[in-house]
Amino acid sequence: MDVLVWLIPISLLLGGAGLIGFLYTLRSNQYDDPEGDAQRILSGEYDDHPKR
Amino acid sequence: MTTVALSACPACNAAPAAEALATRAAPRDVKLTLSLPTIHCSACIATVERVLNGHPGVQGARVNLTLKRAQVDADAEVSAEDLVAALKGAGYEAHELDAGSAAVTATDRAGRDLLMRLAVAGFASMNVMLLSVSVWSGAEDATRDLFHWISAFITLPTIAFAAQPFFRNAWAALSARRLNMDVPITLAILLALATSLWETMLSGEHAYFDAALTLTFFLLAGRYLDHRTRAIARSAAEELTALEVPRAWRIVDGHEVQTPVAELCVGDLIRVRPGARMPVDGEIIEGTSELDRSLLTGETLPVAAAPGTQVSAGEVNLTGPLTLRATAVGQDTSLHRMADLVAIAESGRSRYTSLADSAAKLYAPGVHILSALAFVGWYLYAWDVRTALNIAAAVLIITCPCALGLAVPAVTTAASGRLFRRGMLVKHETALERLAQVDTVVFDKTGTLTTGTPTPTNLDAHDADSRALALALAEGSAHPLSRALTEALRAEGVNPAGLTDIREIPGHGTEATWNATRVRLGRADWVGARTGVETSAWLAIGDTPPKPFTFTDSLRPGAAEAVAGLKAAGHRVILISGDAEAPVRRLADTLGIDDWTATALPGDKAARIAALQAEGANVLMVGDGLNDTAALTAANVSISPASALDAARVASDIVLLGTDLSPIPDALRTATRATRRIRENFRIATLYNVIAVPLAIAGLATPLIAALAMSISSITVSLNALRLR
Repeated sequence: MDVLVWLIPISLLLGGAGLIGFLYTLRSNQYDDPEGDAQRILSGEYDDHPKR
Repeated sequence: MTTVALSACPACNAAPAAEALATRAAPRDVKLTLSLPTIHCSACIATVERVLNGHPGVQGARVNLTLKRAQVDADAEVSAEDLVAALKGAGYEAHELDAGSAAVTATDRAGRDLLMRLAVAGFASMNVMLLSVSVWSGAEDATRDLFHWISAFITLPTIAFAAQPFFRNAWAALSARRLNMDVPITLAILLALATSLWETMLSGEHAYFDAALTLTFFLLAGRYLDHRTRAIARSAAEELTALEVPRAWRIVDGHEVQTPVAELCVGDLIRVRPGARMPVDGEIIEGTSELDRSLLTGETLPVAAAPGTQVSAGEVNLTGPLTLRATAVGQDTSLHRMADLVAIAESGRSRYTSLADSAAKLYAPGVHILSALAFVGWYLYAWDVRTALNIAAAVLIITCPCALGLAVPAVTTAASGRLFRRGMLVKHETALERLAQVDTVVFDKTGTLTTGTPTPTNLDAHDADSRALALALAEGSAHPLSRALTEALRAEGVNPAGLTDIREIPGHGTEATWNATRVRLGRADWVGARTGVETSAWLAIGDTPPKPFTFTDSLRPGAAEAVAGLKAAGHRVILISGDAEAPVRRLADTLGIDDWTATALPGDKAARIAALQAEGANVLMVGDGLNDTAALTAANVSISPASALDAARVASDIVLLGTDLSPIPDALRTATRATRRIRENFRIATLYNVIAVPLAIAGLATPLIAALAMSISSITVSLNALRLR
């Protein structure tokens, strides 16, 4: 059961990393237009320097 | 609708000189927001962005398909009207929205706040569930206690942060001595935490930390869905209302001064330009023109106005500039008296108890009593507070309205999303449920079933000369009939005749000279003809008898389909209009509506609806004018088009974003299906409780069973709702 000393912090860290990642995407407006983003991927007009 | 030239900043409209100074000092950019009700695919996004970016002065444009909007950064001199016109040329309907409206950012912040809590609850419940699974699969003694303690350390701060919305709502309800769904939720969460902490301290076997967290997670998911659906609708509706600018031109010492409508006083002289709305009730003291009263009364025929004519706030001045002396301002205007009718009419929406509320009313006392009985029963049986409290907590957790909390928002989100894609904004939370009960549909005529813009009907009855003359004369005026005639004749490829001395005589018509003959296009009495029943403009060439161009109010696209669809679905369709009998009869015949009323006053409309409701009918009112607002409020549920007056849009539950009426029958079908799904969801949630509650009361429920019951019922309910998409 010694392995728990490692496993528990690792699982908490991984979960925390996921949470921080989500909060980053939330703060950078990535959920403002989910439908538009799904459609834009089909468009052939590429924008190499998007503002947002 | 009035078109008022808007610069992006309202203060600049008020002070043109200051604007000139400001632009010179610091050339500022403007942010414009456009509503695009008809976009739906990647090609639409690409075209709209290409059109907007190609427009001179535009620095950047971005389409948001989810909200059906475009955000444009542009130089200060670019006006939204140019962009709307450019998009119309590309085949897209667009309306300007007020980008400065604080409502957008505020609702967004609330949504983000919920999403943040949802994410934290999700993260914590995943970790705690991992530890709980190890306990369920056989961790014992010290290991189990360690896992329980770690769970407790994750759970307590998470609940303190994530479950705040429930705590706040429950507290608000309790302080008002009411019960709502959040009271049992809060009680279940707190009791679960307390007993689990106690069990953990005593090295007990069962802890419900994971249950408390997943409960919070699922309920927050329901809240977020609910919020998102309504926030979108609400902010869009609010922005639409922000379009009308409450300003007027007051004459002070012979100069026109722009003044907020709120600051006008009785006796002020006010200049009303052609195309503008009367800001106050008053008497005309100078100028002749024609007035469009359609938004107030539903009349399509413009009314002549000359010095001495009494005007009411809300009427639109059509042809010549007018000077008024104000006789009633602000709260005393007839416009406001009409708005008071709205306050008197008992609102259909306040009479309705939502399905969720009636479920909560049954449910909340039920679970509290059940849980209290379980506690008392077990205490009397075992004389042990710990066992009794554990079982009471288990009962509360298992009955906790996880699925009930998702049952309604999951369905309304799916249904509102479906309607939004068809161009309808559902503003009110119970609008869908009320729409599902509708059996009678009442339509207004002008502006609702018709566009309120005239189209000529007898162009073929005129020879080539008359048409060329009519076109040339019509082009000299901005009167709605002239504009309609110009558009129709241009579309037929007619070229205007060569005229000299074209001049518009406000309130009468246009006059010119053609080969030394006087030609006139205008009102019947002005050219020397008898006034007929139909809307017409008369053409007089020299002394020959004048000939009429007759007009009809053109049908709104989709009106015929909407009426046919509603009748096919077995609904009773009624037309109530404030317009004269002839045009109402003609429209009723065209659309096949047997039950119609003409020349109805605003009070009559509301009274008719009340009478229908007294007969037991559930009424849907579709209307756009101020004369409809009382009826819109009185009806069980109401729809207004985006072009409606803001008072009408505020009074209605659903706003049609596009010009097309055909989605209405589909909305009724969707609403019926949505309500059926909501009831199904309640039944599913109840079924799980019927199975799990006896186990909990018998003391057989473990945290594993609680977790399974909760997750499975929540997922089934959400999947059932998704069938609606």
